[in-house]
Amino acid sequence: MKILVCISKAPDTTAKIAFTNNNTEFDTNGVQFIVNPYDEWYALVRGLELKEQLGGSVTVLNVGTAENDPIIRKALAIGADEAVRIDVNPTDALQASKEITAYAKSEGFDIILLGKETIDYNGSQMGAMISELMDLPYVSLATKLDVNGNTATVSRDIQGGTEIVEVSTPVVISAAKGMAEARIPNMRGIMAARTKPLNVVAATGAAAATTISNYELPPAKGDCHYIDAENAGELIELLHNEAKVI
Amino acid sequence: MSILIYANTANGKIHKSALEAVAYGSKIAKDMGTNTTAIVVGACDDADTLGEFGATKVLHANDTKFNSFDPSVYAKLVTAAVEAEGADIIIFSHDYTGKSIAPRVSARLDAGLVSGAVDYPNTNNGFTIRKAVFSGKAFANISITTDKKVISLLPNSVDKSPVGGSASVETFNPEVGASTVMVKEVVKESTDLPLTEAEKVVSAGRGLKGPENWEMVEDLAKALGAATACSRPVSDMDWRPHHEHVGQTGVAIRPNLYIAIGISGAIQHLAGVNQSKTIVVINNDPEAPFFKSANYGIVGDAFEVVPKLLEAAKAFNAANH
Ligand SMILES: Cc1cc2nc3c(=O)[nH]c(=O)nc-3n(C[C@H](O)[C@H](O)[C@H](O)COP(=O)(O)OP(=O)(O)OC[C@H]3O[C@@H](n4cnc5c(N)ncnc54)[C@H](O)[C@@H]3O)c2cc1C
Repeated sequence: MKILVCISKAPDTTAKIAFTNNNTEFDTNGVQFIVNPYDEWYALVRGLELKEQLGGSVTVLNVGTAENDPIIRKALAIGADEAVRIDVNPTDALQASKEITAYAKSEGFDIILLGKETIDYNGSQMGAMISELMDLPYVSLATKLDVNGNTATVSRDIQGGTEIVEVSTPVVISAAKGMAEARIPNMRGIMAARTKPLNVVAATGAAAATTISNYELPPAKGDCHYIDAENAGELIELLHNEAKVI
Repeated sequence: MSILIYANTANGKIHKSALEAVAYGSKIAKDMGTNTTAIVVGACDDADTLGEFGATKVLHANDTKFNSFDPSVYAKLVTAAVEAEGADIIIFSHDYTGKSIAPRVSARLDAGLVSGAVDYPNTNNGFTIRKAVFSGKAFANISITTDKKVISLLPNSVDKSPVGGSASVETFNPEVGASTVMVKEVVKESTDLPLTEAEKVVSAGRGLKGPENWEMVEDLAKALGAATACSRPVSDMDWRPHHEHVGQTGVAIRPNLYIAIGISGAIQHLAGVNQSKTIVVINNDPEAPFFKSANYGIVGDAFEVVPKLLEAAKAFNAANH
């Protein structure tokens, strides 16, 4: 079982969100970067579990510049066998997907796993784009994944419920909460990660189809209107007459 | 030049999110002086209602082989419709269905995609659309630089009132190949109202002490016609099902009303709910960070406050029905 896990870099969940350069760039000053939680907690860990169960290898892949090496090493410390970094800072998901496709197409992966979305751009785009570009089946928002021979059985969230589907490998799967439990790298893993291969491959120069013009912060909330706990019932009238939400 | 909208269905009927997507698309079409075609895939017996929301034509892919959802097949159908209609702007709802198809269509057409759009495109200088980023902590204005453009619209973002009008419904069953994903089983959620679609949400956290205390939360939700949600530790401890977990690593929601009971308001929780229009916080700790993001606050013990609210909500319902 040859497994590819695509990982993305994201700002730590407690990072202060601010912008520079006339609000055209994310201010990375003082921001700690992490492996996108959906990629790490669910996609990577389930990939490792499948490898432990069925044998094979887990490769992690990131599209980005050398700045991303620390988060790639983290994924290796958690247990991936090797890493590949495609050396370009992508502008959008379509560009990154094209780069991943160009690399992965000839590598013969059985399963390509990634998180359902990143916690910065929240696009939910990559899995579907990669599967389309590679002409592979795709199961999105998967909460459970089992593999038996060439068949993957996957539970996925759908509108108003869960669907259990069967699909032949190779397949692309986006992972959501429930698929695995996060693993914390231990000292041995961290040591081993230093010497595991991190192969840097050149980008093909695929084009992006969107650009970010600028950012805005949401307007500040007004003051909180407090209601006395004794007269809590007054809230209902306020929600009706003032907020007009009921 | 025209606009194509993918109209979602549920249980053989047009879904509420589709009405908003069609209303959104037809407003753009009107501004650009063009018309709006909707595509409906699978069984649906009320496709013509899309006319009331501005669609002039509905393509209905009603072959039974399209009844089972496969994003790959659906993307091919949408692409075939794009070709048939000469569409330049393709619109989806940013829900489970749209999230699986829109990026495929974008990749097939090599067209830029803005997913989770919250506003109409600004065409003064290019084609720029606002979307929430950093889990609701900011917005980005994203320009699509390709000729064809794909947008997925975050539900509950724009006006969805009917505009009047009617649509012709045409059968549309192009040959697009068979599905490679076989559905074995579908398990429905017990709730009648999926969280992401709910306009009102009552949510509770660790302050409720244990799963046995959720009855009052459910009762309040029921009285208000709201869905229920919870904080992450609550679902991690299995007090509540995973699909109720909201926040940065759970479901992101933006209802009109979010009532948070016994939730401290950690930054990761806020990330998934802070775009709600009205936020009510009930917490016995006046220093709870959530009050900083609240429109209405009640400092008090949930076990005393919630029953009072329930009583008032029931009285309100009795007086208004
Ligand atoms: C990477 C990462 C991602 C995360 N993602 C999420 C996420 O998506 N969603 C999420 O929710 N959390 C997330 N968290 C966890 C988050 O940091 C908080 O720990 C969590 O939100 C706290 O949940 P809580 O408010 O229910 O519990 P607590 O923080 O324990 O707060 C309980 C609150 O209840 C109040 N209370 C106690 N008793 C009563 C009473 N009788 N009446 C009224 N109020 C009472 C207390 O004053 C307190 O404010 C994440 C954390 C990390 C590190």
